[in-house]
Amino acid sequence: MVLQSLDIIRRSATTLPEPQARGAHTGEVAKLIDVTKCIGCKACQVACMEWNDLRDEIGSCTGSYTNPPDLSDQSWTLMRFAEYENPKGDLEWLIRKDGCMHCADPGCLKACPSPGAIVQYANGIVDFHEENCIGCGYCITGCPFNVPRISKKDSKAYKCTLCSDRVSVGLEPACVKTCPTGAIVFGSKEDMRQHAAERIDDLKSRGFDKAGLYDPAGVGGTHVMYVLHHADQPQLYSDLPANPAISASVGLWKGIAKPLGLLAMATTAALGFLHYLRKGPSEVDESDEEAARRELEKTP
Amino acid sequence: MTDERKAGEILRYPYATRVNHWIVAICFVLLALSGLALFHPAMFWLASLFGGGPWTRILHPFVGIAWAIAFVLLAARLWRDNFLDSADRQWLRRIGDVLDNREEDLPAVGKYNAGQKLLFWVIVLCLLGLVATGLCMWRAYFALPVEFVRLASVLHALFATVLICAIIVHVYAAIWVKGSIRAMTRGTVGYGWAWKHHRSWFRAMTGAQRK
Repeated sequence: MVLQSLDIIRRSATTLPEPQARGAHTGEVAKLIDVTKCIGCKACQVACMEWNDLRDEIGSCTGSYTNPPDLSDQSWTLMRFAEYENPKGDLEWLIRKDGCMHCADPGCLKACPSPGAIVQYANGIVDFHEENCIGCGYCITGCPFNVPRISKKDSKAYKCTLCSDRVSVGLEPACVKTCPTGAIVFGSKEDMRQHAAERIDDLKSRGFDKAGLYDPAGVGGTHVMYVLHHADQPQLYSDLPANPAISASVGLWKGIAKPLGLLAMATTAALGFLHYLRKGPSEVDESDEEAARRELEKTP
Repeated sequence: MTDERKAGEILRYPYATRVNHWIVAICFVLLALSGLALFHPAMFWLASLFGGGPWTRILHPFVGIAWAIAFVLLAARLWRDNFLDSADRQWLRRIGDVLDNREEDLPAVGKYNAGQKLLFWVIVLCLLGLVATGLCMWRAYFALPVEFVRLASVLHALFATVLICAIIVHVYAAIWVKGSIRAMTRGTVGYGWAWKHHRSWFRAMTGAQRK
């Protein structure tokens, strides 16, 4: 989290434009994770902990190399290990570095009710500003990738920042810096797409016909992209969603429901007020009291 | 003692019911304000009333639980009087007369008119919906599959909108029909009011009193 107050293109729970005098003239950034080159060494996990001063609890082995078992407020990136037996009967070890995808159309930001708790910079990074976070967890509800985690310590939401503090001073994210095989690279989104295309050509020439780039259009593309050997089956990679998008319920809840809800309330109140102006109060007058008295006298 | 009344008055709500009603009402106002703060960015400033965003997020579900319990207790006192009958259907068909302040040709109304009865059931429905969906959204204590939480979130907003509109109608009706508010503050209404608006109930109550 870092205050780059002049190049915020979107801010949660805010209806007017943000200061955006500074654009990203060199283009949007992206991190490209080449799953086919990953050896599962977890150096990226360590670098992330080190740079961001995070220390997750030391857990116990759950029968998988995936450790810790899930993302958490202290583990913003995680190597997920999947064992896949391909149609030829060979074992493929598909290791995916999980973490925030930095969607161009971020579901977390759309869902967040607290002004400025989630921002999107001109370079495409989606960042949480924990000082504004109220801990409601709507970001988790909004996220199509199940990434944000609420801390038990402070009830705030945390996730990968794409090292926005490093990127803002011209450095690559810590995980990129440390990756020993060059499986993680960082640069402008354009360059990363080009690099991915070269990698995919190479993979296809090696028999991976379905190799491809994962940059899902349903969330407007992402600023973390994958090169996959089986781009036609992203779910093989520890349930990477094939067609992620902001869910229809969240779209409704954070879209048309907001103005319609307020309109319904305002209309109801206005109709009441107009009714009073037109028809006036319903008052009990002397004739009603008289009628009540007469009726009481009649009753034995 | 508390419910002692003068001549020409009928007791409509005993002290316990009145206290119960106002607990429900205060909880509702707190819930509506804090809920709107979290619902629409234009309303987020209401969070200040609760000590900021995090406190709003913390308090809203607890107030919701208090509201639900208090409403259930209130409903336990009132539900028997809220079943719709054929006279109520007739009353609803003549809703134009009601809105025109012309009550002469309306069927005699019991303790509650059809509008009040419908409001009661709308609140019951919204309460069930809001509690069920609200628990799904309460991440501090519940962890449900995200698809449930997404659906619950939009339904929570829907039920809340319906309920807030219903309560606006309820509050307006109390302002519009003079002599109603004292039923829930002092507990009593005048004979004229009872005769005009709830004639069957007036007959039942005064008949009982004269015995």
